[in-house]
Amino acid sequence: MTGTGKLVRLALRRDRLLLPLWIVVLAVLPMTYAASIAELYPTAADRQAYAAGSASDPSYVALLGPLFGSSLGALTAQRSGMLFVIVGLISVLTVIRHTRTEEEAGRRELLGAAVLGRHAGLTAALVVTCGADLVLGLLVTLGLLGQDLPAGGAVAFGLAFAACGWVFAMVGAVAAQLTESAGGARGIGLSVLGIAFVLRLAGDAGDGNVLHWLSPIGWVQHIRAFAGERWWVLGLAAGATAALAAVAYPLSARRDLGAGLLPTRPGPAAAAPTLRTPLALAWRLHRAALLGWAVGLAVLGVVLGGTVDYARTAAEDSKQVSDIMDRLGGAGSFTDSYLAGVMSLVALAASGYAIQAALKMRTEEAALRSEPVLATAVTRTSWTASHAAFAALGPALGLAVAGVAAGLTYGLSVHDVAGQLPRVTGAAMVQLPAVWVLGALAVGLFGLLPRLAPAAWAALAACVLLGQIGAILQLSQWALDVSPFTHIPKVPAAPLAVTPLAWLVAVAAALAVAGFAGFRRRDVPVT
Amino acid sequence: MDDAIAVSGLVKTFGRTRALDGLDLTVRTGEVHGFLGPNGSGKSTTIRILLGLLRADAGTARLLGGDPWRDAVALHRRLAYVPGDVTLWPNLSGGEVIDLLGRLRGGLNQKRKAELLERFELDPRKKGRAYSKGNRQKVGLVAALASDVELLILDEPTSGLDPLMEETFRACIAEDKRNGRTVLLSSHILAEVEALCDRVTIIRNGRAVESGTLDELRHLHRTSIDVELAATPDGLAELPGVHDVKIDRGHVRFDVDAKALDDTLRYLTKFGVRSLVSQPPTLEELFLRHYEGVRS
Repeated sequence: MTGTGKLVRLALRRDRLLLPLWIVVLAVLPMTYAASIAELYPTAADRQAYAAGSASDPSYVALLGPLFGSSLGALTAQRSGMLFVIVGLISVLTVIRHTRTEEEAGRRELLGAAVLGRHAGLTAALVVTCGADLVLGLLVTLGLLGQDLPAGGAVAFGLAFAACGWVFAMVGAVAAQLTESAGGARGIGLSVLGIAFVLRLAGDAGDGNVLHWLSPIGWVQHIRAFAGERWWVLGLAAGATAALAAVAYPLSARRDLGAGLLPTRPGPAAAAPTLRTPLALAWRLHRAALLGWAVGLAVLGVVLGGTVDYARTAAEDSKQVSDIMDRLGGAGSFTDSYLAGVMSLVALAASGYAIQAALKMRTEEAALRSEPVLATAVTRTSWTASHAAFAALGPALGLAVAGVAAGLTYGLSVHDVAGQLPRVTGAAMVQLPAVWVLGALAVGLFGLLPRLAPAAWAALAACVLLGQIGAILQLSQWALDVSPFTHIPKVPAAPLAVTPLAWLVAVAAALAVAGFAGFRRRDVPVT
Repeated sequence: MDDAIAVSGLVKTFGRTRALDGLDLTVRTGEVHGFLGPNGSGKSTTIRILLGLLRADAGTARLLGGDPWRDAVALHRRLAYVPGDVTLWPNLSGGEVIDLLGRLRGGLNQKRKAELLERFELDPRKKGRAYSKGNRQKVGLVAALASDVELLILDEPTSGLDPLMEETFRACIAEDKRNGRTVLLSSHILAEVEALCDRVTIIRNGRAVESGTLDELRHLHRTSIDVELAATPDGLAELPGVHDVKIDRGHVRFDVDAKALDDTLRYLTKFGVRSLVSQPPTLEELFLRHYEGVRS
C-alpha cells in the first residue's frame, strides 16, 4: 500500500475538472427534481393524484424504478432513479481509468518502479472513486435537506447513491484485473451495469417479481428512502462491496503487471487477403464494439418490447391513466405513444455508439496510429470515410436490431407479429436522422476542433437531460428544439412527417462534410 | 538527377512555439542522409511535413519532385516511413500490420518480408499490445524495408533495438543503399550515422546549423594539438583561432580552428618542436558542440 497517498493525489490532479463536474451535476439533479415536483404538485392531494397516475405508469416504473409513497421525498426518490445507473457508470469508468488504462499505456510501469506497494494503484483508484461517491451522497443529502425533506430519508437516499457507487467501483476493480486492454475491462464493467439495470427493470415490471434483488441498482432503490427506510438493505451493498474487493485484491496480487487473467491468443502470422483497405482496417477496429452495442440494443429491445403490453393493461386498470388514454383516443394510441417514447430511449443509446465510433478517429490520432496509415497511399478522405461509415451505418443496424427485437417481443405478447413487427421497427428506424446528427457532430468536431471532439458526449448528455427533465423544468420550446430528438415524429402515434427528418439529415450531412473538409486541411496529429 | 528531398526556408509554428525556423535540407537521390539534432529540435516536425501530415507555414519543400502536401498520396506510393515510436493496434498481430501497411502503400515484397522477419528475429503472430518497444520498432522496420520503394524516411528507427538488431539494421540499410534507395535517417546514434551516412545535416532550434559530408564537417572544426616544445610558447593563447590552451612547462595542449592551423604550426616551430600529436575532432565532440549550443 506504500505510496497510495501520492497516487491518490495524482489521480485527483488528473481528474480535477471531471470529478467535481460529475459530482456537482449529479448532486444538483435530485434537488432540482424535488423543487420542480413541489412546484408542479403543491398540495398533498396533487401529489397523491400524480403518484397514482403517471408516476405509477408501468413504463415510468420500468425506466426510473418503483414508487413507495406519495410524499415529496418518495416522488423525488423515484424521479432520481436513473441517476443510480449514471453513478454506477461513472464509478466503473473512473476505477478502470486509473488502473487498467494506466497499465495499458505503460504509465503504471513507470510508477511501479518507484517506491510503490503492489496494491497502491488499485487502492488509490478505489479511494478516489469511493471518496467521490461519498461526497456525492453527502451533497445529495444536504441538497434534499435544503428542500425541507425529512432528515432520515435524505440520509438514506444520500447513502443509496454512495452505496451504488461503491458496488460498481468494485465491479470496475474486478473487471480491471481480467483483461489486458482497458476497452475489454470497460466492456465487462458496463455489461455488468447493463445486466443490473435490466434485472432491476424486469424485477419492477411484474408483481411478485424478485429479480431486482439480484441487482445493486434494485437494492439501493428498495432502501425506500422517505417511505419507511429499510436500512438493512445498505448491508447488502456493503457486503457486495466487501465481497468484490475480496475478489479484486487477490486477483491483482496474483497477476503480473500489464497481464490480464483472461488469456490472449496469438494472432495470424500474415494478414488475410482482404485486409488491404482502410475500410478493412476500420472493420477490425470497430467490429467488437459494433457487435457489443448490437447485442446490447437487442436486449434493450426485447426488454422494452416486453413492457409494452404490460404497460397497456396496467394503465387500463388505473382510473387516472385510462381517463388520459380516453382523451388521447383510446388504448391503441396509448401503446403507440409508449412505443414512440421507448424508441427515443433506444435512440439515445444508439447515439452513444455513433459518437463512440466517430471518436475512434480521435483515439487513433492521439495514439499516433493514424500517422503510419496516412503516410501510405491512403487519402485523408478515405481514412475518415472508413471510420465515419461505422458512425453512420452502425446506429442504423443497432436501431434495426432493437426495433425488430422489440417488435417480435411485443408482437408475440399480443399475438400479432406480422402487424406489430413492421410498426415497431419503423418506430425505431425513424429515430435514425437524430442519431446521425450527434454522430456527425462528433465527426465535425474531430475535423475542425479535434481537441474539443469529446464535447460530442456533452451534446448527448444535454439531449438526455432535455428529454428527461426538459418538460418538468417547463423549458421553453426553443430550448427543447436544440435536441434533434425533439424533431423526430412520434411514430407510430403520430404520422410520419418527412420534412423534419429531411432537415435532420441535411444538418447531419453538413456537419459531416465540414468534418471531412476540416480534416483534409488540418495538421495530423494534433495531440 | 533531381534531389530526392529539397527543403528551403521551412517554417512551422505550433501556437507560440516556432518548431521550424527557416530550415534548409537537401537529400540527394541515392544517398543515405543523416539528420541529427537534440530532442525537440524539429526533426520529427520536418519529417511530418515531408510526409504531408503537417502543413508548413512558409518555405518550400519538394519530395521526389512533388509537393509533399498536394501530391501526398502519389508520393506515398514511392516511400516508406518508420516513426520513432511505432504504435500498433492492440488487436492486430505484427504480421497483419506489416502486410496491411505494405498493401496500403501499394505492395509488399513477400520474399523480402520473410527474410527480414528471420533476420530481425521477429515473431509475427504476437498481438500488438504484447510487443515490447524494441519489437514494435521491428514491426515498423520490416513493414518499411520489405516495400519496394525509392525512399525510406526513418525517424530514430533503432530506438529500443538491442545492439545485435542495430547491426542487422545497419546491414539492411547498407544493402538498400547499394540497391540505389535513398534514405533519410534521423538518429542519435553516432556510430550508426558514421557507418551509414554519406552526408549529414545537423539541426538545432528548427534551423540547419551544419550540412555536408562527415569529412567536411570535421574540417570545419577544431583540431586538438598535443605538443612538446623546447621553450614555453608565450603568446600562443593570444593567437587567433587558438582555444583552451594548457601549458605545463614545455608540454602544451590546445585546440585550434581548422583555418588557423597553418599559422599556428608555423608559430610553434619557433619554440623547437620535439614531438607533436594532432587529433581531428571526434564525431561526439562535433555533435556535442551543437547539442550544447556552443557555436565554434
